[in-house]
Amino acid sequence: MKKDEIIERHTISVLVDNEAGVLARVIGLFSGRGYNIESLTVAEVDQAEHTSRITIVTSGTPMVIEQIKAQLDRLVPVHKVIDLTVEAKAVEREMALVKVAGSGERRVEALRLSDAFRARVIDTTHSSFVFEVTGTPEKLDAFIGLMRPLGLVDVSRTGVVAIARGPEAM
Amino acid sequence: MAAQELTGAEIVIKALVDQGVDTIFGYPGGAVLPIYDALFQQNKIRHILVRHEQGAVHAAEGYARSTGKPGVVLVTSGPGATNAITGLTDALMDSIPLVCLTGQVATHLIGSDAFQEADTVGITRHCTKHNWLVKSAPELVRVMHEAFYVATHGRPGPVVIDIPKDVQFQKAEYSFSPNIQHRTYRPVVKGDVGKIREAIELIANAKKPIFYTGGGIINSGPVASQLLREFVRLTGYPITSTLMGLGAYPASDKQWLGMLGMHGTYEANNAMHDCDVLINIGARFDDRVTGRLDAFSPNSKKIHIDIDASSINKNVHVDVGIVGDCAHVLEDMLRIWKSKARRTDKAALEDWWKQIDIWRGRKSLAYKTNDEVIKPQQAIERLFQLTRGREVYVTTEVGQHQMWAAQHFHFDDPNRWMTSGGLGTMGYGLPAAIGAQIAHPEALVIDIAGEASILMNIQEMSTAVQYRLPVKIFVLNNEYMGMVRQWQELLHDGRYSHSYSESLPDFVKLAEAYGATGIRASKPSELDAAIKQMIDTPGPVIFDCLVDKFENCYPMIPSGAAHNEMILGDDPEGASVSEEGKMLV
Repeated sequence: MKKDEIIERHTISVLVDNEAGVLARVIGLFSGRGYNIESLTVAEVDQAEHTSRITIVTSGTPMVIEQIKAQLDRLVPVHKVIDLTVEAKAVEREMALVKVAGSGERRVEALRLSDAFRARVIDTTHSSFVFEVTGTPEKLDAFIGLMRPLGLVDVSRTGVVAIARGPEAM
Repeated sequence: MAAQELTGAEIVIKALVDQGVDTIFGYPGGAVLPIYDALFQQNKIRHILVRHEQGAVHAAEGYARSTGKPGVVLVTSGPGATNAITGLTDALMDSIPLVCLTGQVATHLIGSDAFQEADTVGITRHCTKHNWLVKSAPELVRVMHEAFYVATHGRPGPVVIDIPKDVQFQKAEYSFSPNIQHRTYRPVVKGDVGKIREAIELIANAKKPIFYTGGGIINSGPVASQLLREFVRLTGYPITSTLMGLGAYPASDKQWLGMLGMHGTYEANNAMHDCDVLINIGARFDDRVTGRLDAFSPNSKKIHIDIDASSINKNVHVDVGIVGDCAHVLEDMLRIWKSKARRTDKAALEDWWKQIDIWRGRKSLAYKTNDEVIKPQQAIERLFQLTRGREVYVTTEVGQHQMWAAQHFHFDDPNRWMTSGGLGTMGYGLPAAIGAQIAHPEALVIDIAGEASILMNIQEMSTAVQYRLPVKIFVLNNEYMGMVRQWQELLHDGRYSHSYSESLPDFVKLAEAYGATGIRASKPSELDAAIKQMIDTPGPVIFDCLVDKFENCYPMIPSGAAHNEMILGDDPEGASVSEEGKMLV
């Protein structure tokens, strides 16, 4: 496989003006040009400035990744685009809420494993738990995989948020 | 300026005036009545009433492309806005600055499926550079000016301002300061000097160089054309251009190789294929230009100057990518070239020109005439010869006639040639000609058309007649959708599925029905006199030029082929298209 055909996974942070339709613009760009979205998160990060930060995990060849960044950067409400995979050492986290239903030995095992993953129980009944678990997407995958035979009934994930290490702002 | 309270509708008019707008193209309707009422009560802005909203947008494009100023459109909500979509997409693909104002139902009705409601910002998000739904009159003040800034700065494009009807009545304080700085949108215009130096090194050491220029030069303004001419002459290198860039460099100059690409000249395409340094200024490696990508200019170092960073390395990997406005970058290039007293490799260049002259000798645009039937190329060539020396603006529709016009009508100045390049919109030419004629009332404006395309926006004849616009519609009538037929011949064994123009109107009578003049020519011997008659007719004319029905447009790079695999007009027998090529458009 040639270098320009290797599919890479990149985490891209986009700082945008929090105006109506800005998320639709970003998503429309990805769907319209056939780019992948593996995960996408968005929330306002500065109320006074009305700016939101969008974190997108995407994959593609190096040429496609460059295109994605250039295409995002030319959207009018975009302040800044950074590729946290190449431009900075970054930390990434995702949170999941995981509902497991069951009784007896399986229930005990679910609780025991949740402890190993530092998951918190945020809701409980006699026959179910809701766990809150935070970590890399791989860690969440592993936790969810372990819960599956123990009565996994529902999962809700936030998608990845990421930030560069060190003292500098985006 | 002292603050004054104006209604939303008055704000629209005031902002247009402050932005230097004197003409808008539009069509009224329920959701824009307050703006039409404000228009009625002033005399600074002239409104041109079109007959279909698509026509309004293309007319604004013709106005913009022939003047370098943004075009302005005013249409109503719902169907008014949806009818404008094709024009907006056309302007986006060809980077034409437009501000399109659309009416919207009142804010409290949005989302209720009200009469003539459409999600205009949702629908136009993908076919505009940016758009706004304005929820209040104070916001309208800001957005009106921001819209002009966005449409005209960076890579130009169309923008939409969707204005609910209640906002048009609401009052707000109006203000305008000419030098606003946009919060987020600040495109780079100056190129990176280090990269420009790198480019100059490559250019100076080239043995087989070629300039490949595009619509970016035209969009950058007349200064960019001047600087390009100076630089190209200084180097003595050959130059070719895309369909969009014709006129930026004079076609009468000896360094000009003609247009490149699918229907470009043999010399331009072969020079692109064999060159060692390719200097792309304001073009975007479009698929009509590159042909098969993996065989595109395989042995060259590539320099790409573009104001849009996303154009660089999109289709073709380049060695030196410079983000910036063509005029700014060319200015820096010239300065560095001169200050270092750079010289070119004269001996290598001489050999390169010898090779180019051999390709030129192939005379790829040649065609055979006879006494019986007018050849379409001949019609264009006579039209060109008989209009020389006049101030001429040419628009086209889309198809064979468009390519023949690009090949046989030659331009020595920018902003004289307006054609739908990216989107390929049939029906573009007549309204675009109307827009160009509005901007240049004394000029000779010609829409070179086909009999199929012209029918797509023929209703705009009424507009031309109403405003006494003497546009000349030169129809190459071969009773076929010629380009479709040509491809069916090439790809589908000549099964001409629905590509014939059945039940055509009598174009002479049609012109007369609109109150214009109709002229017909069917024999080569009649051609010159008929063209002169058309030029001398004071009002709009439809010229029905009956041409050879089976002439095809050559030379041609069939889809999926490389630049050095052209089909030539005198040797179309070898024409074949690969299986992969058939998948391409």
